[in-house]
Amino acid sequence: MNEITNVSRRGFLQGVFSAGALVLSVKLVPQSLLAAETGAPGTVDQAAFHPSMWVGIEPDGTVIIVAHRSEMGSGSRTALPLVLADELDADWKRVRIEQAIGDKRYGSQDTDGSHSVRDFYQPMREAGATARLMLVRAAAKEWGVPESECETDLHTVVHKSSGKKADYGKLATAAAQVPVPSKDELKFKPKSAWRYVAKGSPSYDLDTICCGKAGYGMDAQAEGMLFAAVQHPPVLGSKVKSYDDKAPLQVKGVQQVIAIDGFKGAPAFQPLGGVAVVADNTWSAFEGRKKLNATWENSPHSVYNSDEYKKDLQKTARTAGKVSRIKGDVDAEFAKGGKILEADYYAPHLAHVSMEPPVALADVRGDKAVIWTSTQNPQAVQEVVGAQLGIPPENVTCNVALLGGGFGRKSKPDYVAEAAILSKKTGKPVKVTWSREDDIKFGYYHSVAAMYMKASLGADGMPTAWLHRSVFPPIGSTFAEGAQYGDAGELGMGWTDVPYQLANFRAEVGPAVNHVRIGWYRSVANIYHAFAVQSFTDELAHAAGKDPVEYRLALLGDARKITPKDTPGFPESPAGYEYDTARLRRVIELAAEQSGWGKKKLGKGRGLGIAAHRSFLTYVATVVEVEVNNQGEIKIPRVDTVLDAGLVVNPEQTRNQFEGAAVFGTSLARYGEITAKNGVIEQSNFNDYQIARMGDAPYHVNVRVLESDAPPAGVGEPGVPPFAPALCNAIFAATGKRVRELPLSKIDFSAA
Amino acid sequence: MLRLKVNGVERTFDGDSQMPLLWYLRDILGLTGTKYGCGMALCGSCTVHQNGKAVRACVVPMSKAAGSEIRTIEGLSSDGSHPVQKAWMKINVPQCGYCQPGQIMQAAALFSSNHHPTDAQIDEAMAGNLCRCGTYQRIRAAIKDAAGERA
Repeated sequence: MNEITNVSRRGFLQGVFSAGALVLSVKLVPQSLLAAETGAPGTVDQAAFHPSMWVGIEPDGTVIIVAHRSEMGSGSRTALPLVLADELDADWKRVRIEQAIGDKRYGSQDTDGSHSVRDFYQPMREAGATARLMLVRAAAKEWGVPESECETDLHTVVHKSSGKKADYGKLATAAAQVPVPSKDELKFKPKSAWRYVAKGSPSYDLDTICCGKAGYGMDAQAEGMLFAAVQHPPVLGSKVKSYDDKAPLQVKGVQQVIAIDGFKGAPAFQPLGGVAVVADNTWSAFEGRKKLNATWENSPHSVYNSDEYKKDLQKTARTAGKVSRIKGDVDAEFAKGGKILEADYYAPHLAHVSMEPPVALADVRGDKAVIWTSTQNPQAVQEVVGAQLGIPPENVTCNVALLGGGFGRKSKPDYVAEAAILSKKTGKPVKVTWSREDDIKFGYYHSVAAMYMKASLGADGMPTAWLHRSVFPPIGSTFAEGAQYGDAGELGMGWTDVPYQLANFRAEVGPAVNHVRIGWYRSVANIYHAFAVQSFTDELAHAAGKDPVEYRLALLGDARKITPKDTPGFPESPAGYEYDTARLRRVIELAAEQSGWGKKKLGKGRGLGIAAHRSFLTYVATVVEVEVNNQGEIKIPRVDTVLDAGLVVNPEQTRNQFEGAAVFGTSLARYGEITAKNGVIEQSNFNDYQIARMGDAPYHVNVRVLESDAPPAGVGEPGVPPFAPALCNAIFAATGKRVRELPLSKIDFSAA
Repeated sequence: MLRLKVNGVERTFDGDSQMPLLWYLRDILGLTGTKYGCGMALCGSCTVHQNGKAVRACVVPMSKAAGSEIRTIEGLSSDGSHPVQKAWMKINVPQCGYCQPGQIMQAAALFSSNHHPTDAQIDEAMAGNLCRCGTYQRIRAAIKDAAGERA
């Protein structure tokens, strides 16, 4: 399906490649889709292919690789080109990476769900191997020798017996004339010959970042641009009643005050609406906004009060819900009596707070728009901006800057639409900057969730029946008004995919009404589900008087690959990625060993806790060592994480991701909580929405990346889910206090 | 009319003297290496040096910047050769990288006054600099590495 096309002479690549360059594209989408989308003769679409990735070789030997996924720190902008460069046998020092604009011909560019490498590893290999073969054929033809006698060695084609050598650059023009080989002609390098894959490289952008020269969305500039800040409705869906459109103009630098319409129907990615202040610098826009004195109509969401809402959620969690997965008869087992445990778990809303808040620059002229922004999802930018301006999405050029963090927030381009609307209304390029307060008060929040857990234990201390029920306002409510139940995707994140070998099991979901926009958040529903399941597992182990590591291994049961066929209701994994309990077992055993579990002497107030969880097809076990002093202060001296993500392209960058996931997990476990009062979000900046600082983050995180020949899985998100339960289990070991609600900052751990 | 020096260059400013230095650097001079993160001196993304001392540019009004020497990440070195920058690259600190100019400027200020900081001194000096990607462990290692190189 991944057809490769020689596009050396296609006009639309002008500007990226010079004349005489060899340029290849990879096609990922089905031919049927191409036919439907091919444009009129002579247009770009007439190129008649839908590439996901391009590679080109300039006559000077520069290899240009186009990164089509967004870079927000998770490393795909480096990892995917590394794969291609390896199969091409290119010299990484001579590779230049170009960031793609948004274009549906690339296939999915939505950089979320930890699947950039998983989805594009093979296409990148094929693109690299194809280009290498064409270079070899060009050289063989020029030298009049059999192709089979030629090989490559770091950016060079070599004919050993004659000693002839040619740099890729010298062969580029000739190679562009070589017919594109079919896929079955391709030869891939043996693993022993890999230069970059599984060895890795620092981020392509490392130097520019450290010199302050890296270009983020926040840094975008255009000639004659204006700067805007938007006053959003304090309650979701409320409309502006009145505002002062004169007072802001008294602020030096302010030029205009412009109202923006609110969204219609479900919010999706539409702007929230409100009033914008446009100025000749960011600060003037912020200052002018303070003078708006806007008043707002009520919204049905004004009823949102987190304290009451929490009680409602917990009540629902104690009421029968919809069954999502069932085996045996838990009720019959519970009716037998014996040792039964019940627990209520709760985790609040969270905000993404990427260090770079949402920001976008738009330049709208006539029926065309050019955007520069930090986005995880440039094609959604095209759709949303197009819809807001009443122009086709393909008239929207979305340039993708580096992202100063994303974590799911920047998959939703509502802020980009604001910039486009304001550019259209002012006739000038406009940059909209969300202040930190905007970011925290008007986000797409991670769901608040209440979970009810119940299990009966047999004589051997193992569960004879397990029931759990999850209640949370679903992400679907952001896209369809009235959606109240978590969908299969959300439930497949740690709820219906519990891998324990149980005779009687039932997973349920209950309804919850949303009052804020709910959105994806780094590792999504895995956060609260892993918190409840991995904490409750610990509770059962202690109730059974067993070691939590041994207990987990016993719960996993026989080494097996779990599929919906043998375990009805278990979520389907992509082919080749079946849930393998042996892999989860292995990371548990290795993390326990690495942490000194059961061997290490721990002083008073210290404890170890473990949690293990598969998400985004990656198996992770984390052991947290915690220290709680008499004053109840928490320190995390050490974390041990072992992961099996299949083939890991860039192990160093992956370690970095998992070190960071421990800090991200620390932030949400210790401090993370967004609350509403009368529909208004109560937090506003890093003073009342704290994230971990250096001193309260884990002191040392030891990450072990297992070598594996299994297909590549995710690395950006899977480190997050096991962290909070491992920390809470450690706190139990240290203090005897069981944590069933986050964040920890609301709990008193001081010695009584 | 205010006068100040930015990365060794004499500048004048006749705008609102209450404008924070951050927005002067970014929007007026186009020195975008200094980042906005919170506007309240809570995150350290905008850290620059004022007369050699680390300050949060988001809360320094131009009236207070007047007459001083400001150094931004662009002026720390022309080519990333400052020992702290070199250590940052060697330890492969950044993920998204957005906060790193502020982290580097803060670390460079620490480094200029203390060549061999202890863990506690590093924690204290860096406490005002947030990193959402969670690179603290590498930041600490890089500071120690820079110290070692200098020693």
